Amino acid sequence: MDPMEALITQIQGLSSSAADLSRLHTILKQATADVSLRSYSDHLPSLLSNLDPSLHSLGFLFILDASIASPVSKPQAEIFVPIVTTFIAACSVEQIQLAPDKFVSVCKKLKDQVVLLEAPIRGVAPMLTAVRKLQVSTERLTPLHPEFLLLCLLSKCYKTGLAILDDDIFEVDQPRDLFLFFYYGGMICIGQKRFQKALDLLHNVVTAPMSSLNAIAVEAYKKYILVSLIRHGQFSTNLPKYSSSVAQRNLKNFCQPYIELANSYGTGKIAELEEYVQTNTHKFESDNNLGLVKQVVSSMYKRNIQRLTQTYLTLSLQDIANTVQLNSPKDAEMHVLQMIQDGEIYAMINQKDGMVSFLEDPEQYKTCEMIEHIDSSIQRVMALSRKLATVDEQISCDPIYLSKVGRERQRYDFDDFDVPQKFNI
Amino acid sequence: MEGDDETSGPMIDEIYANGDGGDNNRTRKPIFSGDQLDIEVYASLYAGRTKIMRLLFIANRCGEKNNTTMQLEALRMAYDEIKKGENTQLYREVVQKIDGRLGPGYDLDVAWAENVDRRAEQKKEKLENELNAYRTNLIKESIRMGYNDFGDFYYAHGQLGDAFKSYVRTRDYCTTSKHIIHMCMSAILVSIEMGQFTHVTSYVSKAEQAPESLDLITVAKLRSATGLANLEAKKYKLAARKFLETSPDLGSHYNEVIAPQDVATYGGLCALATFDRTELKNKVIDNLNFRNFLELVPEVRELINDFYSSHYASCLEILGNLKANLLLDIHLHDHVETLYDQIRHKALIQYTHPFVSVDLNKMADAFKTTVAGLEKELEALITDNQIQARIDSHNKILYARHADQRNATFQRVLETGRVFDRDVRDMLLRSNLIKHEHNLRASRKL
Repeated sequence: MDPMEALITQIQGLSSSAADLSRLHTILKQATADVSLRSYSDHLPSLLSNLDPSLHSLGFLFILDASIASPVSKPQAEIFVPIVTTFIAACSVEQIQLAPDKFVSVCKKLKDQVVLLEAPIRGVAPMLTAVRKLQVSTERLTPLHPEFLLLCLLSKCYKTGLAILDDDIFEVDQPRDLFLFFYYGGMICIGQKRFQKALDLLHNVVTAPMSSLNAIAVEAYKKYILVSLIRHGQFSTNLPKYSSSVAQRNLKNFCQPYIELANSYGTGKIAELEEYVQTNTHKFESDNNLGLVKQVVSSMYKRNIQRLTQTYLTLSLQDIANTVQLNSPKDAEMHVLQMIQDGEIYAMINQKDGMVSFLEDPEQYKTCEMIEHIDSSIQRVMALSRKLATVDEQISCDPIYLSKVGRERQRYDFDDFDVPQKFNI
Repeated sequence: MEGDDETSGPMIDEIYANGDGGDNNRTRKPIFSGDQLDIEVYASLYAGRTKIMRLLFIANRCGEKNNTTMQLEALRMAYDEIKKGENTQLYREVVQKIDGRLGPGYDLDVAWAENVDRRAEQKKEKLENELNAYRTNLIKESIRMGYNDFGDFYYAHGQLGDAFKSYVRTRDYCTTSKHIIHMCMSAILVSIEMGQFTHVTSYVSKAEQAPESLDLITVAKLRSATGLANLEAKKYKLAARKFLETSPDLGSHYNEVIAPQDVATYGGLCALATFDRTELKNKVIDNLNFRNFLELVPEVRELINDFYSSHYASCLEILGNLKANLLLDIHLHDHVETLYDQIRHKALIQYTHPFVSVDLNKMADAFKTTVAGLEKELEALITDNQIQARIDSHNKILYARHADQRNATFQRVLETGRVFDRDVRDMLLRSNLIKHEHNLRASRKL
């Protein structure tokens, strides 16, 4: 009998109970290792039609993976993408979680193919399903997270990307996945203008433990500087103490133009900032950060106007234009209007005499929504501290940790010096 | 809205009346008055090297401003003063500066200079021989005297560095606390002349370690020297405290460094710039000791009283009048601008403090400035969070802004919660990453 047909029969027969599945898994692994699957890669697609992706997910997965092992051409990709998409949609969670690395490899190939077809949007929905199916818990980062975010970025489906960014990630297999995940996540949040979230995500990249500098961290640091300027109007080159020494020492050297930009921003002189941006346009452009840099410049106007609301109750548009260094009262009006619309300031423009009245924040913290919001924050913080306590407990019981700490303490333990080892017969 | 009227009680009226009379007093008092500095009276307050240096400083300042009459006057007096001493190097410099402009009486007197130099040479030789003799005999007291003489000799000849070294060397041969204090006082004197104010502080604290042998005058000297050191270090509040602690026993005993008038001016200005109202009242106005000093410089006294009773216009006017002469002061000139700015800011803050709303026009009148200028000043102070108010630029009114504690607390709580949330999550993540890497390393080792 054709070994392939035998394999198919086995898959069909052994896809029901858990014990059967683990036997099948061993068989399949052997088959892959023997290269026997590879050699039939040409008619593998036709074999797949004999299998039901929802019932025989494990077998389907192995054969699918084998069939797209080699680099594919565009027409081939056109064939594979729908197969993989249906498979991801239909496959059973229990079965694919037996062979997560195969599943990841298939999904990564899907990503390559949609990128090859220049239609990344076709991969977004299946990839999200894949992420959801693969992850054991929402706290775990899968290798598919960054792939999914990348597809979102490429297809500009930022909103879809936000869906998984709201999950808290605590567990990670591959540091590289984590760096990419936060970096892409930061970019998606920038696209959605959720700068605070973006800042948090990029902050994670920059402060993550690393033993040597990587390009992702450098790029993230550049964006971190820019977003920090947009969001807070200031930037401090000091990283927190817990960030790795490599990052603390070296990141700055790779981002000199950005640091200088931040310094120039700090002086509060808009003309200087614009001139600096002008002279360094090509540097920012080559980093693909020019758009963000432009947002930094325009945020300076906003910040200056915002500062005026702290000092003035009323101010003429002409005075605003003068103080903020805008060309005309008309420009000032546009800026103020835009900011009122965005909820960044509270003000009223009196067009008759060209005066702007700045108002106080109308939020009185009395509404039900606000109380609900506060309550949910409290709940969240309480849950977090519980988690913190559990983790603390776990770590203090971790034998590896204890042995490390114990070893270090021994070195300084005075009793040990009383009877030196070599004299102790 | 009428700031001046509302705050003035009966007591303040009295002070105010006193302040009005200040104009008459002012003409009688020569020091730091609004009129041009009377150099002769000014110089008579000081003795020794500082007199010369102060005169030369005034001459330089006036030279920069092309005030030739005053410059020459100062140089002439400096010349006369130097002629009494033995500092030929300084003499030559001054003669060069005079450059024949004061007539033949003030040309270079070569014979005198050479004579002095020769004598100095001889004296130095004599001192050296004496000191060597003492050193071979190992008589501590004599060695100390020898070094001390050397210090005096160098000081008289303007070699301050050597003088300082010689004085400090006497330290090893000091047997009583009196000697130590003498050494400290000499070292302080020379360091002030050199402008090394860090030495001043360290020798003051050394001298204060032997409190039992300090007499009142010495204590006052030490206080004023510390005040000077703090002033130069821009620690104005400390400087003010030290000057205020200086007892009136100081008199003119320390005129080789500081005149009692200076104590009043320095202390008064520093206090105005850095003290709050209660401190000003308790430590300056009600301070009996310091009142004695203030009597010497009524302008500063008026200034402080005006400030305290919120007569800012006259207060700022006096400040304006004093400025030109304060800039001629060898110690204060660098700090005048900063102190003035601080005093002005404090005046602005105090002016706005009691009101819910302030008419900017009236306020500008009170501060002798334009509304636009005032607006800028207020804006800076509000941005610095020194005044809690907002400007109604349309109606030119300043409204006090009472921070809504409740809202601010809510805002802060939410923000703190958010930061905590983020930090804890980051921390958990990082700890997991570290654990992961640790495990990785452990498994690699196996």
